[in-house]
Amino acid sequence: MNKWLLYRDSLVQWLIYLAVLAVSTVFVWILIDLVRGGVSHLSWDFLTESPRDAGRSGGIGSILISTLWILMVALIAALPLAWTTAVLLAEFVPAASRFGIAIRFSLQVLAGVPSIVFGLFGNAFFSIYLGMGFSILSGGLTLACMLLPILVSTAEAGLRAVPQSYRLSTAALGMSQTAALVHLLLPAAAPALAAGLLLGIGRAIAETAALIFTSGYVDRTPGSLLDSGRSLALHIYDLSMNVPGGDQPAYASALVLVALLLCINILAMKLSYDLQRRRIIL
Amino acid sequence: MIWSKRNILSHSVTDKLVQWVLRFGAVIAALVMLLILFFLLRESWPAMFQLAPARFLLDASWHPLEASYNLMPMLSGTVLASIGALLLAIPLGLASALFIVFYASAHLATPYKRLIELLAGIPSVVFGFWGLTTLVPLITQWHPPGASLLAAILVLALMILPTITLTAFSALQAIPDEFLQNAAALGMSRWGMIYGVALPAAQTGIVAGIILAAGRALGETMAVLMVAGNVVQHPTTLFDPIRTLAANIALEMAYAMGDHRAVLFVTGLLLMLLVMLLAATAGWLRRNNQDWSSSA
Repeated sequence: MNKWLLYRDSLVQWLIYLAVLAVSTVFVWILIDLVRGGVSHLSWDFLTESPRDAGRSGGIGSILISTLWILMVALIAALPLAWTTAVLLAEFVPAASRFGIAIRFSLQVLAGVPSIVFGLFGNAFFSIYLGMGFSILSGGLTLACMLLPILVSTAEAGLRAVPQSYRLSTAALGMSQTAALVHLLLPAAAPALAAGLLLGIGRAIAETAALIFTSGYVDRTPGSLLDSGRSLALHIYDLSMNVPGGDQPAYASALVLVALLLCINILAMKLSYDLQRRRIIL
Repeated sequence: MIWSKRNILSHSVTDKLVQWVLRFGAVIAALVMLLILFFLLRESWPAMFQLAPARFLLDASWHPLEASYNLMPMLSGTVLASIGALLLAIPLGLASALFIVFYASAHLATPYKRLIELLAGIPSVVFGFWGLTTLVPLITQWHPPGASLLAAILVLALMILPTITLTAFSALQAIPDEFLQNAAALGMSRWGMIYGVALPAAQTGIVAGIILAAGRALGETMAVLMVAGNVVQHPTTLFDPIRTLAANIALEMAYAMGDHRAVLFVTGLLLMLLVMLLAATAGWLRRNNQDWSSSA
């Protein structure tokens, strides 16, 4: 190998190390910024009290409750649809059939739709056409539409990863497909389903743009599903853009949100990582 | 009885029933996409047929309250911000993927991949907030006003980098080992092997990932809204504030009425069609990707 090639190789290597260093630095920088800005404002009272004075003082108690309600509505609406679709695609319909391709294509498109477009749709359909107004219900249902693709794709991948021999064995034992599904395939795919569920939850609580015009801005504790409720991500947006002097609570809220998301995502990773390892042993 | 069938050649009744229930669920899931398209069309109908579409290009400016609807400045802002973000994120994202697959030791590769995955999970509003409180003041010191095309590009690049890295990673990992072993046996240098063998072999997967990332950049709303300054104008330098189409929807939906509201739905429809086109291209690339497992 001539000398120039060796120089070129080590040059590229250094460039790649530099890029990796830059990306890691920025990630750590963001985390440190959030912790430094928010940790002094964080306390038990901050987590439980309702915001006062447009959020400048008080806490995020009512915001957390609204976020939880929106999340619940979204999951209750999306999970049954997503998991039935995933089971159908993985177990009952051949991958190349027209029906399967059509459903998969529409989910693929849904996965790419920008969240503000979901917001527009939710506002036109749930809030105005169905008359739900700015409410937790319309925000949650809009989020449910957004979560469908990720829930379906993770569940389908989990089911497809169950070894084919399981299906053959159940067929040989004369079990019906339903019995095989309930007693063998779904339990075997459960960690993948859980990982997908966690990813979906992470997506949902990170969402802002789809909720501005569906679940609204009101920062009181919601009394019913038809009340407007402000989600945590939206609270951060409002504090930093519309409330002068809202930086401190915004930092603290962002810290809470990021900490929550990191925990959820790490748990999801751990689930799918354990699954991979178990499969190697099998 | 769901346990067993009376006869292994006959179909169980439960199975049939379950299949119809599942089909029902799947059809509803698929209908959501059509429903979204239908409602966007319905709401944007007045703008598309009562206003001449040419007005979106030719009107004097964007002053919706005075019925002047020129979308071009925002379209150029959107496209420029996305292209800038891609120019920055593609080299960084590819380098990250190459690092994980070829350069890092095992106990460094996994943590770095986890870091990228966690970066993907940070919400856009937090990126926006960080940009607003950290990046914008930094840019202001360098060249006011700070909230600018440059800030939008930097934040967007951070947000789409994980998409590029993770798709490039899976494409690079799918290359059969023999390719790399043969290249090594021919005495190729490491970069020669990556540039001559690995990148071409993973090309379609990498390009599909870049297209997906472009779709995300075009549609991103909150982060850009918070750092870009939101002035409707054709930017001439990196330091000019811009407004993107998605940010415009978020800013004006609250008080838009009549034609104005319909025009906002037109922009939403436009964004959705753009992203659909990109997603279809990426999907087509993936399907026509050579399947190394069968050919090798």
